[in-house]
Amino acid sequence: MRELRLHGRGGQGTVVASKLLAVALFLEGRQVQSFPMFGVERRGSPVTAFLRVDDKPIRLRCEIETPDDLIVLDSTLISATDITAGLKPGGRILINSDRAPEDFPQLLERAHVSTVDATGIAVRHGLGGKAQPIVNTAILGAFAADSGLISSRTMCDAIREEVPMLIDANIAAATEAMGAVRHAAMGSVAVREVARA
Amino acid sequence: MKKVMVGNHAVAWGARLARVEVISAYPITPQTQVVEKLSEMCADGTLAACFIKVESEHSAMAAVIGASATGARTFTASSSHGLLYMHEMLHWAGGGRLPIVMADINRAVGPGWNIWTDQNDSLSQRDTGWVQLYCETNQEVVDTTVMAFKLAEQLNVPVMLMLDGFYLSHTAEPVDIPDQELVDRFLPKREAPYKLDVEHPHAFGALVKPDAYMEMRWLMQEALRKVPQALEAIEKDWMRMFGRSYGAIEAYRAEDAELLLVTSGTVTSTARAVVDARRAAGEKIGVLKVKMFRPFPTTLLRDALSGVARVAVLDRNVSPGHGGIFAEELRSALYDLPAAERPEIFGYVLGLGGRDITPTVIDDVIEQTRTGTVPSRADLWVGVNL
Repeated sequence: MRELRLHGRGGQGTVVASKLLAVALFLEGRQVQSFPMFGVERRGSPVTAFLRVDDKPIRLRCEIETPDDLIVLDSTLISATDITAGLKPGGRILINSDRAPEDFPQLLERAHVSTVDATGIAVRHGLGGKAQPIVNTAILGAFAADSGLISSRTMCDAIREEVPMLIDANIAAATEAMGAVRHAAMGSVAVREVARA
Repeated sequence: MKKVMVGNHAVAWGARLARVEVISAYPITPQTQVVEKLSEMCADGTLAACFIKVESEHSAMAAVIGASATGARTFTASSSHGLLYMHEMLHWAGGGRLPIVMADINRAVGPGWNIWTDQNDSLSQRDTGWVQLYCETNQEVVDTTVMAFKLAEQLNVPVMLMLDGFYLSHTAEPVDIPDQELVDRFLPKREAPYKLDVEHPHAFGALVKPDAYMEMRWLMQEALRKVPQALEAIEKDWMRMFGRSYGAIEAYRAEDAELLLVTSGTVTSTARAVVDARRAAGEKIGVLKVKMFRPFPTTLLRDALSGVARVAVLDRNVSPGHGGIFAEELRSALYDLPAAERPEIFGYVLGLGGRDITPTVIDDVIEQTRTGTVPSRADLWVGVNL
Protein backbone atom coordinates (compact mmCIF):
# COMPACT_ATOMS: atom_id res chain seq x y z
CA MET A 1 0.00 0.00 0.00
CA ARG A 2 1.18 3.50 -0.79
CA GLU A 3 -0.11 6.42 1.27
CA LEU A 4 -0.18 10.04 0.14
CA ARG A 5 -0.92 13.28 1.92
CA LEU A 6 -1.86 16.49 0.14
CA HIS A 7 -1.36 19.94 1.66
CA GLY A 8 -2.99 23.04 0.27
CA ARG A 9 -5.04 26.06 1.20
CA GLY A 10 -8.82 26.33 1.01
CA GLY A 11 -9.78 27.34 -2.54
CA GLN A 12 -6.89 25.66 -4.38
CA GLY A 13 -8.77 22.42 -5.00
CA THR A 14 -6.86 20.16 -2.62
CA VAL A 15 -9.75 17.85 -1.73
CA VAL A 16 -10.79 17.63 -5.38
CA ALA A 17 -7.17 16.81 -6.26
CA SER A 18 -7.24 13.81 -3.91
CA LYS A 19 -10.49 12.61 -5.49
CA LEU A 20 -9.16 13.14 -9.05
CA LEU A 21 -6.06 11.16 -8.27
CA ALA A 22 -8.17 8.40 -6.71
CA VAL A 23 -10.32 8.25 -9.86
CA ALA A 24 -7.22 8.10 -12.08
CA LEU A 25 -5.67 5.29 -10.05
CA PHE A 26 -8.99 3.45 -10.04
CA LEU A 27 -9.14 3.74 -13.85
CA GLU A 28 -5.84 1.87 -13.89
CA GLY A 29 -7.41 -0.94 -11.87
CA ARG A 30 -6.04 -0.05 -8.45
CA GLN A 31 -7.93 -0.01 -5.16
CA VAL A 32 -8.22 3.53 -3.78
CA GLN A 33 -9.49 5.50 -0.83
CA SER A 34 -9.34 9.29 -0.57
CA PHE A 35 -10.67 11.66 2.04
CA PRO A 36 -10.15 15.16 3.40
CA MET A 37 -8.68 15.85 6.81
CA PHE A 38 -11.87 16.08 8.73
CA GLY A 39 -12.31 19.73 9.47
CA VAL A 40 -14.11 22.83 8.38
CA GLU A 41 -12.44 24.08 5.22
CA ARG A 42 -12.27 27.84 4.71
CA ARG A 43 -10.71 29.82 1.86
CA GLY A 44 -7.02 30.38 2.57
CA SER A 45 -6.75 28.14 5.62
CA PRO A 46 -4.54 25.04 5.52
CA VAL A 47 -6.34 22.01 4.06
CA THR A 48 -5.09 18.42 4.20
CA ALA A 49 -6.32 15.44 2.20
CA PHE A 50 -5.29 11.79 2.14
CA LEU A 51 -5.12 9.00 -0.41
CA ARG A 52 -4.41 5.30 -0.08
CA VAL A 53 -3.70 3.08 -3.08
CA ASP A 54 -3.18 -0.65 -3.12
CA ASP A 55 -3.63 -3.72 -5.29
CA LYS A 56 -5.94 -5.32 -2.76
CA PRO A 57 -8.98 -3.90 -0.95
CA ILE A 58 -8.04 -1.20 1.56
CA ARG A 59 -8.96 -1.98 5.13
CA LEU A 60 -7.60 0.91 7.17
CA ARG A 61 -10.12 3.65 7.88
CA CYS A 62 -8.14 6.20 9.82
CA GLU A 63 -5.98 9.18 9.03
CA ILE A 64 -2.57 8.67 7.40
CA GLU A 65 0.22 9.21 9.92
CA THR A 66 3.26 8.00 7.94
CA PRO A 67 2.80 8.92 4.26
CA ASP A 68 5.09 7.77 1.44
CA ASP A 69 4.43 10.88 -0.70
CA LEU A 70 3.51 14.49 -0.11
CA ILE A 71 1.92 16.82 -2.62
CA VAL A 72 2.18 20.46 -1.56
CA LEU A 73 -0.11 22.83 -3.44
CA ASP A 74 1.10 25.93 -1.60
CA SER A 75 4.79 26.30 -0.73
CA THR A 76 4.10 28.86 2.05
CA LEU A 77 2.77 25.92 4.07
CA ILE A 78 6.30 24.53 4.34
CA SER A 79 7.29 27.16 6.87
CA ALA A 80 3.79 27.58 8.34
CA THR A 81 3.09 23.95 9.27
CA ASP A 82 5.06 20.77 9.79
CA ILE A 83 4.18 19.28 6.42
CA THR A 84 6.79 16.51 6.67
CA ALA A 85 5.38 15.13 9.95
CA GLY A 86 5.52 11.34 9.75
CA LEU A 87 6.88 11.28 6.17
CA LYS A 88 8.65 7.97 5.63
CA PRO A 89 12.44 8.31 5.25
CA GLY A 90 13.27 8.42 1.56
CA GLY A 91 9.74 9.53 0.71
CA ARG A 92 8.84 11.94 -2.08
CA ILE A 93 7.70 15.55 -1.94
CA LEU A 94 6.21 17.42 -4.89
CA ILE A 95 5.93 21.16 -4.34
CA ASN A 96 4.08 23.83 -6.28
CA SER A 97 6.93 26.33 -6.60
CA ASP A 98 8.80 28.26 -9.31
CA ARG A 99 12.03 27.51 -7.45
CA ALA A 100 14.39 24.57 -7.97
CA PRO A 101 14.22 21.49 -5.69
CA GLU A 102 17.71 22.36 -4.44
CA ASP A 103 16.21 25.51 -2.93
CA PHE A 104 14.57 23.28 -0.31
CA PRO A 105 17.72 21.84 1.31
CA GLN A 106 16.06 20.90 4.59
CA LEU A 107 13.49 18.81 2.76
CA LEU A 108 16.16 17.19 0.59
CA GLU A 109 17.91 15.94 3.69
CA ARG A 110 15.09 13.46 4.29
CA ALA A 111 13.21 13.07 1.00
CA HIS A 112 13.30 13.27 -2.77
CA VAL A 113 12.02 16.66 -3.85
CA SER A 114 10.40 17.82 -7.08
CA THR A 115 9.00 21.20 -7.99
CA VAL A 116 6.65 22.55 -10.62
CA ASP A 117 5.32 26.06 -11.12
CA ALA A 118 1.69 24.94 -10.97
CA THR A 119 0.54 28.46 -10.07
CA GLY A 120 2.12 29.98 -13.21
CA ILE A 121 0.67 27.19 -15.34
CA ALA A 122 -2.82 27.51 -13.84
CA VAL A 123 -2.82 31.28 -14.40
CA ARG A 124 -1.68 30.86 -18.02
CA HIS A 125 -4.59 28.49 -18.62
CA GLY A 126 -7.15 30.72 -16.93
CA LEU A 127 -7.93 28.36 -14.03
CA GLY A 128 -9.35 30.39 -11.14
CA GLY A 129 -8.43 34.05 -10.72
CA LYS A 130 -4.86 35.40 -10.71
CA ALA A 131 -5.11 36.03 -6.97
CA GLN A 132 -6.56 32.59 -6.28
CA PRO A 133 -5.58 30.20 -9.08
CA ILE A 134 -6.88 26.63 -8.94
CA VAL A 135 -3.68 24.62 -9.19
CA ASN A 136 -4.91 21.07 -8.59
CA THR A 137 -4.95 19.75 -12.17
CA ALA A 138 -1.53 21.27 -12.94
CA ILE A 139 0.12 19.70 -9.93
CA LEU A 140 -1.54 16.35 -10.66
CA GLY A 141 -0.05 16.45 -14.16
CA ALA A 142 3.33 16.98 -12.56
CA PHE A 143 2.67 14.17 -10.11
CA ALA A 144 1.83 11.79 -12.96
CA ALA A 145 5.10 12.61 -14.70
CA ASP A 146 7.19 12.56 -11.53
CA SER A 147 5.86 9.71 -9.38
CA GLY A 148 5.64 6.76 -11.72
CA LEU A 149 2.44 5.86 -9.87
CA ILE A 150 0.05 6.78 -12.66
CA SER A 151 0.26 7.28 -16.40
CA SER A 152 -0.12 10.78 -17.83
CA ARG A 153 -2.89 9.61 -20.15
CA THR A 154 -5.02 8.17 -17.34
CA MET A 155 -4.55 11.35 -15.34
CA CYS A 156 -6.06 13.30 -18.24
CA ASP A 157 -8.88 10.73 -18.54
CA ALA A 158 -9.74 11.25 -14.88
CA ILE A 159 -9.82 15.03 -15.34
CA ARG A 160 -12.14 14.59 -18.31
CA GLU A 161 -14.41 12.36 -16.25
CA GLU A 162 -14.53 14.36 -13.03
CA VAL A 163 -13.90 18.05 -13.66
CA PRO A 164 -17.22 19.83 -14.21
CA MET A 165 -15.99 22.82 -16.28
CA LEU A 166 -13.03 24.16 -18.32
CA ILE A 167 -12.08 20.57 -19.11
CA ASP A 168 -9.78 21.43 -22.03
CA ALA A 169 -7.95 24.13 -20.07
CA ASN A 170 -7.48 21.76 -17.13
CA ILE A 171 -6.09 19.04 -19.38
CA ALA A 172 -3.81 21.56 -21.10
CA ALA A 173 -2.53 22.72 -17.69
CA ALA A 174 -1.89 19.14 -16.56
CA THR A 175 -0.12 18.35 -19.82
CA GLU A 176 2.10 21.44 -19.62
CA ALA A 177 2.99 20.56 -16.01
CA MET A 178 4.01 17.06 -17.05
CA GLY A 179 6.90 18.57 -18.98
CA ALA A 180 7.81 21.17 -16.40
CA VAL A 181 8.80 19.14 -13.33
CA ARG A 182 12.25 19.51 -11.82
CA HIS A 183 13.52 16.69 -9.65
CA ALA A 184 16.33 16.28 -7.15
CA ALA A 185 17.17 13.04 -5.38
CA MET A 186 17.42 12.94 -1.60
CA GLY A 187 20.77 14.29 -0.44
CA SER A 188 21.43 16.24 -3.65
CA VAL A 189 22.17 19.51 -1.85
CA ALA A 190 24.85 17.98 0.29
CA VAL A 191 26.52 16.60 -2.81
CA ARG A 192 26.42 20.00 -4.51
CA GLU A 193 27.95 21.71 -1.45
CA VAL A 194 30.68 19.11 -1.24
CA ALA A 195 31.50 19.79 -4.89
CA ARG A 196 31.74 23.54 -4.21
CA ALA A 197 34.02 23.06 -1.22
CA MET B 1 -20.90 0.32 -13.40
CA LYS B 2 -18.06 1.09 -11.01
CA LYS B 3 -17.46 4.63 -9.79
CA VAL B 4 -15.31 6.25 -7.15
CA MET B 5 -17.69 8.09 -4.84
CA VAL B 6 -18.09 9.39 -1.30
CA GLY B 7 -20.51 7.76 1.15
CA ASN B 8 -22.96 10.63 0.93
CA HIS B 9 -23.30 10.08 -2.80
CA ALA B 10 -23.57 6.33 -2.28
CA VAL B 11 -26.69 6.96 -0.18
CA ALA B 12 -28.14 9.19 -2.90
CA TRP B 13 -27.46 6.52 -5.52
CA GLY B 14 -29.18 3.92 -3.36
CA ALA B 15 -32.28 6.09 -3.03
CA ARG B 16 -32.25 6.78 -6.76
CA LEU B 17 -31.99 3.07 -7.62
CA ALA B 18 -34.91 2.40 -5.26
CA ARG B 19 -36.93 4.94 -7.30
CA VAL B 20 -38.06 6.90 -4.25
CA GLU B 21 -41.12 9.01 -4.98
CA VAL B 22 -40.98 11.63 -2.24
CA ILE B 23 -37.93 13.13 -0.55
CA SER B 24 -38.16 15.79 2.10
CA ALA B 25 -35.18 17.44 3.73
CA TYR B 26 -33.90 20.47 5.52
CA PRO B 27 -30.83 21.61 3.62
CA ILE B 28 -28.76 23.47 6.24
CA THR B 29 -26.00 22.18 8.60
CA PRO B 30 -25.80 19.47 9.90
CA GLN B 31 -27.30 18.23 6.62
CA THR B 32 -24.88 16.57 4.20
CA GLN B 33 -24.26 16.06 0.49
CA VAL B 34 -26.84 13.24 0.56
CA VAL B 35 -29.75 15.56 -0.13
CA GLU B 36 -27.61 17.91 -2.23
CA LYS B 37 -26.98 15.03 -4.64
CA LEU B 38 -30.62 13.92 -4.52
CA SER B 39 -31.84 17.43 -5.33
CA GLU B 40 -29.43 17.48 -8.30
CA MET B 41 -30.84 14.14 -9.47
CA CYS B 42 -34.39 15.49 -9.16
CA ALA B 43 -33.43 18.69 -11.00
CA ASP B 44 -31.72 16.95 -13.92
CA GLY B 45 -34.52 14.40 -14.27
CA THR B 46 -32.51 11.26 -13.49
CA LEU B 47 -34.76 10.74 -10.46
CA ALA B 48 -38.51 11.29 -10.86
CA ALA B 49 -39.20 12.19 -7.23
CA CYS B 50 -41.00 15.05 -5.55
CA PHE B 51 -38.40 16.93 -3.47
CA ILE B 52 -40.01 18.89 -0.64
CA LYS B 53 -37.80 21.51 0.98
CA VAL B 54 -38.88 22.30 4.50
CA GLU B 55 -37.90 24.65 7.30
CA SER B 56 -36.69 22.04 9.81
CA GLU B 57 -35.88 18.36 10.28
CA HIS B 58 -39.04 17.96 12.35
CA SER B 59 -41.02 19.06 9.30
CA ALA B 60 -38.91 16.90 6.98
CA MET B 61 -39.92 13.78 8.91
CA ALA B 62 -43.54 15.00 9.16
CA ALA B 63 -43.62 15.46 5.38
CA VAL B 64 -42.34 11.95 4.60
CA ILE B 65 -44.75 10.52 7.19
CA GLY B 66 -47.65 12.14 5.31
CA ALA B 67 -46.31 11.04 1.94
CA SER B 68 -45.64 7.50 3.15
CA ALA B 69 -49.22 7.27 4.46
CA THR B 70 -50.46 7.86 0.89
CA GLY B 71 -48.51 4.78 -0.23
CA ALA B 72 -45.47 6.57 -1.69
CA ARG B 73 -41.89 5.33 -1.29
CA THR B 74 -40.21 8.01 0.82
CA PHE B 75 -36.72 8.97 1.91
CA THR B 76 -34.92 11.56 3.98
CA ALA B 77 -31.48 12.08 5.51
CA SER B 78 -30.12 13.94 8.46
CA SER B 79 -27.37 14.00 11.03
CA SER B 80 -26.63 14.79 14.64
CA HIS B 81 -28.84 17.60 15.97
CA GLY B 82 -31.02 17.37 12.87
CA LEU B 83 -31.89 13.79 13.78
CA LEU B 84 -32.52 14.80 17.38
CA TYR B 85 -34.91 17.48 16.19
CA MET B 86 -36.86 14.73 14.37
CA HIS B 87 -37.24 12.72 17.56
CA GLU B 88 -40.97 13.22 18.09
CA MET B 89 -41.72 12.44 14.45
CA LEU B 90 -39.50 9.34 14.50
CA HIS B 91 -41.90 7.91 17.09
CA TRP B 92 -44.84 8.74 14.82
CA ALA B 93 -43.19 6.95 11.89
CA GLY B 94 -42.36 3.91 14.04
CA GLY B 95 -45.72 3.69 15.77
CA GLY B 96 -47.50 4.46 12.50
CA ARG B 97 -45.72 1.48 10.92
CA LEU B 98 -44.66 3.56 7.94
CA PRO B 99 -41.89 2.04 5.78
CA ILE B 100 -39.81 5.21 5.54
CA VAL B 101 -36.09 4.82 4.91
CA MET B 102 -33.63 7.43 6.12
CA ALA B 103 -29.88 7.82 6.31
CA ASP B 104 -28.17 9.30 9.32
CA ILE B 105 -24.61 10.51 9.08
CA ASN B 106 -23.32 9.68 12.56
CA ARG B 107 -22.01 12.86 14.11
CA ALA B 108 -21.43 13.79 17.73
CA VAL B 109 -23.96 15.78 19.70
CA GLY B 110 -23.10 19.14 21.28
CA PRO B 111 -21.93 20.64 23.43
CA GLY B 112 -18.96 20.71 22.80
CA TRP B 113 -19.97 21.79 19.37
CA ASN B 114 -18.57 19.10 17.09
CA ILE B 115 -19.26 17.90 13.54
CA TRP B 116 -17.15 14.74 13.74
CA THR B 117 -18.31 11.17 14.07
CA ASP B 118 -19.81 9.27 16.93
CA GLN B 119 -22.96 7.22 17.32
CA ASN B 120 -24.79 8.99 20.10
CA ASP B 121 -27.16 10.78 17.73
CA SER B 122 -28.70 7.60 16.30
CA LEU B 123 -28.34 5.42 19.40
CA SER B 124 -30.38 7.92 21.37
CA GLN B 125 -33.22 7.16 18.90
CA ARG B 126 -33.17 3.45 19.61
CA ASP B 127 -36.62 3.31 21.23
CA THR B 128 -38.50 4.96 18.39
CA GLY B 129 -39.41 1.72 16.61
CA TRP B 130 -36.94 2.07 13.72
CA VAL B 131 -34.66 -0.66 12.44
CA GLN B 132 -31.05 0.54 12.76
CA LEU B 133 -28.30 -0.66 10.39
CA TYR B 134 -24.70 0.55 10.74
CA CYS B 135 -22.64 0.44 7.52
CA GLU B 136 -18.93 -0.16 7.02
CA THR B 137 -18.18 0.61 3.35
CA ASN B 138 -19.68 2.76 0.60
CA GLN B 139 -20.60 -0.40 -1.30
CA GLU B 140 -22.53 -1.59 1.71
CA VAL B 141 -24.23 1.82 1.85
CA VAL B 142 -25.60 1.62 -1.71
CA ASP B 143 -26.68 -1.99 -1.29
CA THR B 144 -28.20 -1.45 2.15
CA THR B 145 -30.18 1.59 1.05
CA VAL B 146 -31.97 -0.46 -1.61
CA MET B 147 -32.41 -3.50 0.65
CA ALA B 148 -33.75 -1.24 3.42
CA PHE B 149 -36.79 -0.35 1.32
CA LYS B 150 -37.59 -4.00 0.72
CA LEU B 151 -37.27 -4.78 4.41
CA ALA B 152 -39.29 -1.73 5.46
CA GLU B 153 -42.13 -2.39 3.02
CA GLN B 154 -42.30 -6.10 3.78
CA LEU B 155 -42.86 -5.58 7.50
CA ASN B 156 -44.16 -2.00 7.59
CA VAL B 157 -41.35 -0.75 9.78
CA PRO B 158 -39.15 2.31 9.15
CA VAL B 159 -35.44 1.70 8.58
CA MET B 160 -32.54 4.00 9.42
CA LEU B 161 -29.08 3.34 8.00
CA MET B 162 -26.01 4.90 9.52
CA LEU B 163 -22.70 6.11 8.07
CA ASP B 164 -19.80 7.32 10.20
CA GLY B 165 -19.37 11.04 9.60
CA PHE B 166 -16.30 11.74 7.42
CA TYR B 167 -14.86 8.21 7.74
CA LEU B 168 -17.57 7.08 5.32
CA SER B 169 -19.65 10.14 4.43
CA HIS B 170 -16.70 12.08 2.95
CA THR B 171 -14.46 9.18 1.95
CA ALA B 172 -14.24 8.36 -1.77
CA GLU B 173 -13.77 4.73 -2.75
CA PRO B 174 -14.87 2.42 -5.57
CA VAL B 175 -18.54 1.47 -5.60
CA ASP B 176 -20.21 -0.96 -7.98
CA ILE B 177 -23.54 0.67 -8.80
CA PRO B 178 -26.15 -2.06 -9.23
CA ASP B 179 -27.91 -2.28 -12.55
CA GLN B 180 -31.24 -0.40 -12.52
CA GLU B 181 -33.20 -3.11 -14.34
CA LEU B 182 -32.06 -5.73 -11.85
CA VAL B 183 -32.90 -3.43 -8.94
CA ASP B 184 -36.37 -2.90 -10.40
CA ARG B 185 -36.85 -6.65 -10.40
CA PHE B 186 -35.55 -6.91 -6.84
CA LEU B 187 -37.66 -4.00 -5.56
CA PRO B 188 -40.94 -3.49 -7.40
CA LYS B 189 -43.13 -0.47 -6.77
CA ARG B 190 -44.49 -0.25 -3.25
CA GLU B 191 -47.90 -1.78 -2.62
CA ALA B 192 -49.22 -0.28 0.62
CA PRO B 193 -51.83 -2.46 2.35
CA TYR B 194 -53.42 0.61 3.96
CA LYS B 195 -53.14 4.11 2.64
CA LEU B 196 -54.69 7.55 2.52
CA ASP B 197 -56.93 7.37 -0.50
CA VAL B 198 -59.84 9.68 -1.23
CA GLU B 199 -61.68 6.88 -3.05
CA HIS B 200 -61.46 4.60 -0.04
CA PRO B 201 -61.31 6.86 3.01
CA HIS B 202 -59.45 5.72 6.14
CA ALA B 203 -58.48 7.62 9.27
CA PHE B 204 -54.90 7.50 10.55
CA GLY B 205 -53.49 8.62 13.86
CA ALA B 206 -56.77 8.63 15.76
CA LEU B 207 -57.13 8.35 19.54
CA VAL B 208 -56.35 4.83 20.73
CA LYS B 209 -57.67 4.02 24.16
CA PRO B 210 -56.09 1.68 26.74
CA ASP B 211 -58.11 -1.24 25.39
CA ALA B 212 -56.17 -1.25 22.10
CA TYR B 213 -52.91 0.71 22.53
CA MET B 214 -51.04 -2.19 24.03
CA GLU B 215 -52.04 -4.46 21.17
CA MET B 216 -50.67 -1.92 18.71
CA ARG B 217 -47.34 -1.99 20.54
CA TRP B 218 -47.38 -5.79 20.59
CA LEU B 219 -47.86 -5.91 16.82
CA MET B 220 -45.01 -3.43 16.40
CA GLN B 221 -42.81 -5.62 18.56
CA GLU B 222 -43.79 -8.71 16.58
CA ALA B 223 -42.96 -6.95 13.32
CA LEU B 224 -39.51 -6.01 14.64
CA ARG B 225 -38.98 -9.58 15.85
CA LYS B 226 -39.39 -10.74 12.26
CA VAL B 227 -36.66 -8.39 10.98
CA PRO B 228 -33.59 -10.65 11.34
CA GLN B 229 -35.22 -13.47 9.40
CA ALA B 230 -36.66 -11.14 6.77
CA LEU B 231 -33.29 -9.42 6.33
CA GLU B 232 -31.59 -12.77 5.90
CA ALA B 233 -33.98 -13.72 3.09
CA ILE B 234 -33.61 -10.31 1.42
CA GLU B 235 -29.84 -10.56 1.60
CA LYS B 236 -30.00 -14.02 0.01
CA ASP B 237 -31.89 -12.52 -2.93
CA TRP B 238 -29.40 -9.67 -3.13
CA MET B 239 -26.53 -12.14 -3.07
CA ARG B 240 -28.09 -14.14 -5.87
CA MET B 241 -28.66 -11.05 -8.03
CA PHE B 242 -25.64 -8.89 -7.19
CA GLY B 243 -23.11 -11.23 -5.56
CA ARG B 244 -22.81 -9.41 -2.24
CA SER B 245 -24.25 -9.82 1.25
CA TYR B 246 -23.47 -8.49 4.71
CA GLY B 247 -25.60 -10.04 7.44
CA ALA B 248 -27.14 -8.55 10.58
CA ILE B 249 -23.86 -9.57 12.19
CA GLU B 250 -20.71 -10.80 10.51
CA ALA B 251 -17.99 -12.96 12.04
CA TYR B 252 -14.57 -12.30 10.56
CA ARG B 253 -11.80 -14.85 11.21
CA ALA B 254 -13.72 -15.84 14.33
CA GLU B 255 -13.11 -19.58 13.95
CA ASP B 256 -11.39 -20.90 17.11
CA ALA B 257 -10.93 -17.30 18.33
CA GLU B 258 -10.22 -16.84 22.02
CA LEU B 259 -10.70 -13.10 21.76
CA LEU B 260 -13.26 -11.29 19.60
CA LEU B 261 -13.48 -7.58 18.89
CA VAL B 262 -17.11 -6.48 18.65
CA THR B 263 -17.39 -3.49 16.35
CA SER B 264 -19.84 -1.44 14.32
CA GLY B 265 -19.33 1.03 11.47
CA THR B 266 -15.97 1.90 9.93
CA VAL B 267 -13.82 0.85 12.88
CA THR B 268 -14.66 -2.68 11.72
CA SER B 269 -12.42 -2.25 8.66
CA THR B 270 -9.41 -1.11 10.67
CA ALA B 271 -10.05 -3.94 13.15
CA ARG B 272 -9.99 -6.45 10.26
CA ALA B 273 -6.53 -5.17 9.26
CA VAL B 274 -5.27 -5.48 12.85
CA VAL B 275 -6.70 -8.98 13.16
CA ASP B 276 -5.10 -10.06 9.86
CA ALA B 277 -1.70 -9.00 11.20
CA ARG B 278 -2.22 -10.81 14.52
CA ARG B 279 -3.57 -13.95 12.87
CA ALA B 280 -0.43 -13.99 10.73
CA ALA B 281 1.51 -14.01 14.01
CA GLY B 282 -0.53 -16.99 15.23
CA GLU B 283 -2.97 -15.27 17.60
CA LYS B 284 -6.47 -16.69 17.89
CA ILE B 285 -8.38 -13.47 17.38
CA GLY B 286 -11.26 -12.24 15.23
CA VAL B 287 -13.88 -9.56 14.67
CA LEU B 288 -17.61 -9.64 15.14
CA LYS B 289 -19.26 -6.81 13.27
CA VAL B 290 -22.69 -5.81 14.53
CA LYS B 291 -24.53 -4.15 11.68
CA MET B 292 -28.04 -4.32 13.10
CA PHE B 293 -28.57 -2.62 16.43
CA ARG B 294 -32.38 -2.57 16.35
CA PRO B 295 -33.88 -5.02 16.60
CA PHE B 296 -30.98 -6.23 18.74
CA PRO B 297 -29.76 -9.51 17.19
CA THR B 298 -29.74 -11.36 20.51
CA THR B 299 -29.97 -14.92 19.20
CA LEU B 300 -27.32 -14.38 16.54
CA LEU B 301 -24.96 -12.82 19.07
CA ARG B 302 -25.47 -15.60 21.59
CA ASP B 303 -24.60 -18.17 18.95
CA ALA B 304 -21.56 -16.24 17.77
CA LEU B 305 -20.13 -15.45 21.20
CA SER B 306 -21.00 -18.51 23.25
CA GLY B 307 -17.77 -20.16 24.39
CA VAL B 308 -15.45 -17.29 23.39
CA ALA B 309 -13.18 -16.51 26.34
CA ARG B 310 -12.89 -12.74 26.05
CA VAL B 311 -14.78 -10.10 24.12
CA ALA B 312 -13.73 -6.48 23.63
CA VAL B 313 -16.60 -4.21 22.62
CA LEU B 314 -15.52 -1.02 20.85
CA ASP B 315 -18.15 1.64 21.49
CA ARG B 316 -17.91 4.94 19.67
CA ASN B 317 -20.69 6.20 21.91
CA VAL B 318 -21.58 6.39 25.57
CA SER B 319 -24.72 6.41 27.64
CA PRO B 320 -23.67 8.96 30.27
CA GLY B 321 -23.94 7.47 33.73
CA HIS B 322 -23.85 3.94 32.34
CA GLY B 323 -21.39 2.79 29.66
CA GLY B 324 -20.81 2.01 26.00
CA ILE B 325 -24.21 1.23 24.52
CA PHE B 326 -23.33 -1.83 22.41
CA ALA B 327 -21.46 -3.31 25.40
CA GLU B 328 -24.40 -2.80 27.72
CA GLU B 329 -26.87 -4.40 25.32
CA LEU B 330 -24.48 -7.25 24.66
CA ARG B 331 -24.08 -7.94 28.38
CA SER B 332 -27.80 -8.16 28.75
CA ALA B 333 -28.11 -10.44 25.69
CA LEU B 334 -25.50 -12.89 27.01
CA TYR B 335 -26.56 -12.84 30.67
CA ASP B 336 -28.49 -16.10 30.60
CA LEU B 337 -25.84 -18.11 28.77
CA PRO B 338 -24.48 -20.89 31.01
CA ALA B 339 -21.60 -19.45 33.05
CA ALA B 340 -19.03 -21.73 31.39
CA GLU B 341 -20.05 -20.46 27.95
CA ARG B 342 -20.34 -16.79 28.83
CA PRO B 343 -17.44 -14.57 27.69
CA GLU B 344 -15.78 -11.99 29.86
CA ILE B 345 -16.85 -8.67 28.37
CA PHE B 346 -14.50 -5.70 28.26
CA GLY B 347 -16.41 -2.58 27.25
CA TYR B 348 -14.26 0.16 25.71
CA VAL B 349 -15.45 3.71 25.05
CA LEU B 350 -13.31 5.35 22.38
CA GLY B 351 -13.26 7.56 19.31
CA LEU B 352 -15.88 9.98 20.62
CA GLY B 353 -16.38 13.23 18.72
CA GLY B 354 -14.33 11.94 15.79
CA ARG B 355 -11.15 11.02 17.64
CA ASP B 356 -9.19 8.76 15.30
CA ILE B 357 -9.21 5.02 16.01
CA THR B 358 -5.89 3.84 14.57
CA PRO B 359 -4.43 0.31 14.48
CA THR B 360 -2.31 1.33 17.49
CA VAL B 361 -5.44 2.16 19.49
CA ILE B 362 -6.97 -1.20 18.59
CA ASP B 363 -3.71 -2.97 19.48
CA ASP B 364 -3.83 -1.34 22.92
CA VAL B 365 -7.41 -2.50 23.39
CA ILE B 366 -6.45 -6.05 22.42
CA GLU B 367 -3.48 -6.11 24.79
CA GLN B 368 -5.57 -4.84 27.68
CA THR B 369 -8.27 -7.42 26.96
CA ARG B 370 -5.82 -10.27 26.50
CA THR B 371 -3.69 -9.66 29.57
CA GLY B 372 -5.89 -7.61 31.88
CA THR B 373 -7.91 -8.87 34.80
CA VAL B 374 -11.64 -8.67 34.38
CA PRO B 375 -12.36 -5.00 34.82
CA SER B 376 -14.20 -3.69 37.84
CA ARG B 377 -15.87 -1.01 35.79
CA ALA B 378 -18.15 -1.57 32.84
CA ASP B 379 -16.76 1.29 30.79
CA LEU B 380 -13.04 1.43 30.01
CA TRP B 381 -12.24 4.77 28.40
CA VAL B 382 -9.41 4.75 25.88
CA GLY B 383 -7.09 7.72 25.41
CA VAL B 384 -8.55 10.24 27.86
CA ASN B 385 -5.88 12.91 28.43
CA LEU B 386 -6.70 14.16 31.88
